[in-house]
Amino acid sequence: MLIVEIKNLTVQYPDVKALDDVSFTVNQGDFLGIIGPNGAGKSTLFDSMLGLNTKYKGTIKFFGEDIKKSKNYLKELGYVPQKPIFEKNFPVTVSDVVRMGLNNESDENKIDEILQQLWIHELRNRRIGELSGGQQQRVFIAKALVNNPKILILDEPVTGIDQQSIELFFSILRELNSKQKITIIWSSHDLDAVNQLANHVACLNRTLFFHGESEKFFSDDELVKQYSEASMQEHMHHH
Amino acid sequence: MSLEILTFSFMHRALISGIAIAILCSVVGLFLVLRRYSLFGDAIAHSSFGGIALGLLAGIYPLWAAYGVSIASALIITKVKDRYNISGDASIAVLLSSGIAVGLVIIGLSGGFTIDIFSFLFGSILLVSVDDTVLILALTGAILIVILLLYRQLLYSTFNEEQAKVSGIPVEKINYLIVFMAGITVVTSIQLVGVLLISALFVIPNVTAIMYGKGFKQTAIISMSLSIFSVVVGILVSYIFDITPAGTIVLISIGLLAGTMAIKSAGLLSKN
Repeated sequence: MLIVEIKNLTVQYPDVKALDDVSFTVNQGDFLGIIGPNGAGKSTLFDSMLGLNTKYKGTIKFFGEDIKKSKNYLKELGYVPQKPIFEKNFPVTVSDVVRMGLNNESDENKIDEILQQLWIHELRNRRIGELSGGQQQRVFIAKALVNNPKILILDEPVTGIDQQSIELFFSILRELNSKQKITIIWSSHDLDAVNQLANHVACLNRTLFFHGESEKFFSDDELVKQYSEASMQEHMHHH
Repeated sequence: MSLEILTFSFMHRALISGIAIAILCSVVGLFLVLRRYSLFGDAIAHSSFGGIALGLLAGIYPLWAAYGVSIASALIITKVKDRYNISGDASIAVLLSSGIAVGLVIIGLSGGFTIDIFSFLFGSILLVSVDDTVLILALTGAILIVILLLYRQLLYSTFNEEQAKVSGIPVEKINYLIVFMAGITVVTSIQLVGVLLISALFVIPNVTAIMYGKGFKQTAIISMSLSIFSVVVGILVSYIFDITPAGTIVLISIGLLAGTMAIKSAGLLSKN
């Protein structure tokens, strides 16, 4: 079953073309890793898919419906931002944050369930700002999952998180995808992690220069080399 | 003497109105403080000064004119801020000064009505009528109902706008709703503490409560309790010692904040 369908997506900013004629599809159960160097248009792509950027040419469909016509898809979607921004002393507990994600507020039990599943139940009455980066990230995953979404979108979610939390996080993602059949779209510039986890890869650098099964990508040395050079150049450029 | 004052009907009206305003200001103020919009209440209050002067000049009941002018100018400044990308604090400064400027010019044109203006600047809670009390209770009830019904949307869009949008919450509409509710709350509260001290009721109990509360509801309840305590004690103490209620109320809430900071520095409260 087709979950996401993106056709000829082009985003033109005043000084630069952020995305140029990008087309790809995501099927149910896919674990798609979107890789690309900084400035490749990953955030623009996500913003467009999430309805935060509406100034694009082309079409984006979720569950067969154009997202410009209907926002219903947002109810089936969980989103984990790169680094959630909030005031450090914002007076909300872990369960308050997860509750924000809950569409039907009478479903209080769901909050406990999801917190247990992500091993953060004992933190439920702690204030969110008191937690470590890895713990906060799990809270935001819990918030994204509490409505039983069909699709989970994660934006470079391991930035600034310790190694132990990253490993736990990866095993959680693997389980969500394989056992609960949640479709995952995940942007990252960590090739090894994508190789470990994703079964599909989309390689983006303003245009899409590869989209397909991850085995094909990683068995093609030329592609991997191309990608590494592109991100290395970007890396040098940034320093 | 001290018990006798509780038998006066003006005191009943003052305490009932005061408690309602205390609850209203602390709840609406909590959203403003968390949005880093602490001075917005002050700006609306100053624009209501222009509205009050306009009302006195035109012969309309000044508070009605203040409701109209404050809510309209708060919504307009919010729109202008988004449209021209002006920062929050600068837009507050624009709103604040334009309200006072309009008020001053109108007062000048009319040859001055200083006595009426004085009660609006510093509040006149002991003079609230039965009609005023009913209006204050009705508006407090209405705003609290709206907040309870839209609790998740209000909290979520205050916590993180972008994520709230992705969850399908109409964030822009919620922002305007908060501004609208703040406008009503400010003008309603003018009778208690006056134009000049309103932001104290919006901000101080919330700053104190954030130091105690863990979750949002707990923080809101603590803030309401501190606010009610300051208002009730402030009204009674100011009457007994014949001092201004507005100043007394605000000083008590500042005292509670200072006490809380002292407790926190002594390590009796957790750091967060």
